[in-house]
Amino acid sequence: MKKMKLVMIGNGMAGVRTIEELLKIQPELYEIAVFGAEPHPNYNRILLSPVLAGEQTLDEIVLNSWEWYGQNGIRLHAGKKVVQVDRVRRIVRAEDGTEEEYDRLLLCTGSNPFILPVAGKDLQGVIAYRDIADTTTMIEAAQKYRNAVVIGGGLLGLEAANGLMKRGMDVTVVHVMPWLMERQLDDVAGKLLQKSLEERGLKFAIGAHTQELVGGEDGRVKKIRFKDGSELDADLVVMAVGIRPNTELAEKAGIHCNRGIVVHDTMQTVTDARVYSVGECAAHRGIAYGLVAPLFEQAKVAANHLAQFGIGRYTGSLTSTKLKVTGIDLFSAGNFMGGEGTEEIVMSDPTGGVYKKLVIQDDKLVGACLYGDTVDGSYYFKLLREGRKIADIRDKLMFGESNLGDAGHQGQNKAACMADGDEVCGCNGVTKGTICKSIKEKGLFTLDEVRKFTKASASCGSCTGLVEQIIMFTAGGDYSAAPKKKAMCGCTEHSHQEVRDAIRSNRLVTIADTMKFMEWRTPNGCSSCRPALNYYLISTWPKEAKDDPQSRYINERSHANIQKDGTYSVIPRMWGGETTASELRRIADVVDKYRIPTVKVTGGQRIDLLGVKKEDLRDVWQDLGMPSGHAYAKALRTVKTCVGSEWCRFGTQDSTQMGKDLERALWRMYAPHKVKLAVSGCPRNCAESGIKDVGVIGVDSGWELYVGGNGGIKTEAGQFFCKVKTKEEVLEVSGAFLQLYREEGWYLERTVHYIARVGLDYVKKKVLEDHEGRKALWERLQFALDGEPDPWFEHEKAAVDTRQFTRLQTEDEGQTA
Amino acid sequence: MKGNDWTVICRVEDIPVLGARRVARERGMDVAVFRNDEDQVFALLDRCPHKGGPLSQGIVFGTSVACPLHNWTIGLDDGKARAPDEGCTQRFSCRVQDGAVMLDPVELATLALDEQPPAAGPCARHG
Repeated sequence: MKKMKLVMIGNGMAGVRTIEELLKIQPELYEIAVFGAEPHPNYNRILLSPVLAGEQTLDEIVLNSWEWYGQNGIRLHAGKKVVQVDRVRRIVRAEDGTEEEYDRLLLCTGSNPFILPVAGKDLQGVIAYRDIADTTTMIEAAQKYRNAVVIGGGLLGLEAANGLMKRGMDVTVVHVMPWLMERQLDDVAGKLLQKSLEERGLKFAIGAHTQELVGGEDGRVKKIRFKDGSELDADLVVMAVGIRPNTELAEKAGIHCNRGIVVHDTMQTVTDARVYSVGECAAHRGIAYGLVAPLFEQAKVAANHLAQFGIGRYTGSLTSTKLKVTGIDLFSAGNFMGGEGTEEIVMSDPTGGVYKKLVIQDDKLVGACLYGDTVDGSYYFKLLREGRKIADIRDKLMFGESNLGDAGHQGQNKAACMADGDEVCGCNGVTKGTICKSIKEKGLFTLDEVRKFTKASASCGSCTGLVEQIIMFTAGGDYSAAPKKKAMCGCTEHSHQEVRDAIRSNRLVTIADTMKFMEWRTPNGCSSCRPALNYYLISTWPKEAKDDPQSRYINERSHANIQKDGTYSVIPRMWGGETTASELRRIADVVDKYRIPTVKVTGGQRIDLLGVKKEDLRDVWQDLGMPSGHAYAKALRTVKTCVGSEWCRFGTQDSTQMGKDLERALWRMYAPHKVKLAVSGCPRNCAESGIKDVGVIGVDSGWELYVGGNGGIKTEAGQFFCKVKTKEEVLEVSGAFLQLYREEGWYLERTVHYIARVGLDYVKKKVLEDHEGRKALWERLQFALDGEPDPWFEHEKAAVDTRQFTRLQTEDEGQTA
Repeated sequence: MKGNDWTVICRVEDIPVLGARRVARERGMDVAVFRNDEDQVFALLDRCPHKGGPLSQGIVFGTSVACPLHNWTIGLDDGKARAPDEGCTQRFSCRVQDGAVMLDPVELATLALDEQPPAAGPCARHG
């Protein structure tokens, strides 16, 4: 079969990313040719600033080596500028006459710097700041000349100025607007930024209008003259006043352009479906993006269509900004200027160099501008993107939440202050230096990529916030733009919510049907989506959807907890943490009989038998004669209790009995994640009810209920939910809350995160205010749990495949079948 | 062709769809036999190249298995870890004839005999 021909014009980051995505999913479909005007392979344009500042070298910022093109069979025409696209004959022609035919054309011509139309703009020593050539010119000029003027106090201009200053030049930034970075900062933050840059040695001419550039006899620029007649010496003038989508070629080819090459959500041009455009040159719904993350999203969509998968649409991105000047922390996103109909929460400490402004509209965060302390940038950005109501967290909003956990990274919360040798990810032992190195060497841009390659934040996730900060200042400030929704996994473009909704509204009851209906890309999913789908099905359609053990993680398939040597741990259930002499005797006998190496008391008031061989599991369960503790499952684990009023001289309520009743009512309950409860008999709270998914505290007049507590990675105190009088109410409210979580939570989302996503007010409305609704939830839970088998004793009913417990023998030793 | 030299291990239906069984050997670690949803059967040493996890206990999808310990993905057909992880586990030849799953006895007796299972518990405490 003859391959189709794909030609790409422009050898930049967005375009090459499209090809990489395409090669990943359809490596054989196209014969690919690439034209690039610059005589370089694809490099990371964002990192030109660190190169200019002398923090990195040109070699370090190359993303795709010359070899990469060869290895992937791509014909690279580097240094050849395309001058003509013949859409009738489908031919592309370069300046030197090189021609390529195409079946599909990808326009990635990027953008051009805008040059001020002033006299002297063509003098020697007057340049833009856009590519490797400009950067080298600046580095060379810094060696020979003294005075530099940068026109434009935006992101790019300040980075250029900072770099030139570091190279030893005397730099003045000329900015026509009243404060720096006016498109990313408000006036207060802009002035704080100016102050700290001045302290580093930069000079500013704010509000100055450039009249002309004056040359010397050698044809090189000498001076810059302003409208008010004043002058400055200048041996180098860098214009960084903005960029324009480069649409010249497209326009000549008759492709509709309007502030960019106009494309559909599929990244095809509106004029010609054979022609795609991604990157800074493309105008999508009126916006030409200049940041890398949205462009990579576009690349993914374009690659999908080029691969003829026909799925995936680009629907726009929210973007945020961070300045890449080492040591200056600055973050902004959304509508940070505010205006009519908005409210502002401001914290300002000019002496301390900290300024934070949050803009709120209709009870939602719509913008944020942070200076000096940007730790919570990604948290605010998440709130912005999700559009969540903030009434219930408004009082705490300014103090942030950040994704940072409490444990595992020495309490650090500012990645910038960390040394290269400091550990960022305590689970996988990844240091800051390792992360920075892989970001640079492997050209990583997103959290997912960094997780994949370094494993940082890939286990417990508590260091996610730190890793995000490191990516921001290593890969470039433009990293942190994000899709509006997050796909479940690589097998689908649908989010957890969309899948849950579809399962309910379309009455999908099997994994196969769900995958078919939702157009899964893979034949039978992966280890990430299958367990999620299985849970969604059995929780949405109890007694109807069939549990699929092969789509469960091993612990839930073998009903024991796998250990690092492949043996298992067994934790029998002890109702409310109470046990008896006869239970303990049986446990002791089992330990002896099966030579179990370790016996450990757990934090959940039970006993853990560690190191049980898989072959022995069924016999161990049988001999113990105690119910499964589900310590291996995303399910109700334990209900921890204190002694309570039966014995304790301070006890006000019988917490042990309450705990036993709760545990008996809720056991065998599968959930999006593990669920832990505790009941304390008085406010001394010996059962640690404050850090449980549902925590109950007995007081003299009844019971207080707390929800969403968590003692894990990040310690989260439970939030007060309600106070009730009777035991029956405790059962009903706890059960209804957990059923709501079971029906709406995303797989692997703990109650604390579920509540953070939907808001505590919403949960209260559903469970506390709506009496009928609460009763219905409680009844649905009881219906779901009624007759549920104990997997340790009712193997068949619990769909336990018992074949897993025996090993097959080779025939000499007698075959088992 | 090796003709009659194959050892019958079990029937295809003895292995769960998208699942695995373990095969004991006289010497050396177990071999895991996997079945995908197209009734193809694959055999690998039951040991992840990462930290020695039992691949037979992993979730099978496509022609891959995810190790139950740290979720490395191993190709069932080649035993290789999927990028960006690197490593390879021993493959065993595997045939299915008239529904019978067969392994090569010579391979069973000779391949990867030195691979050690991972250790845990008190016995692993001091090296």
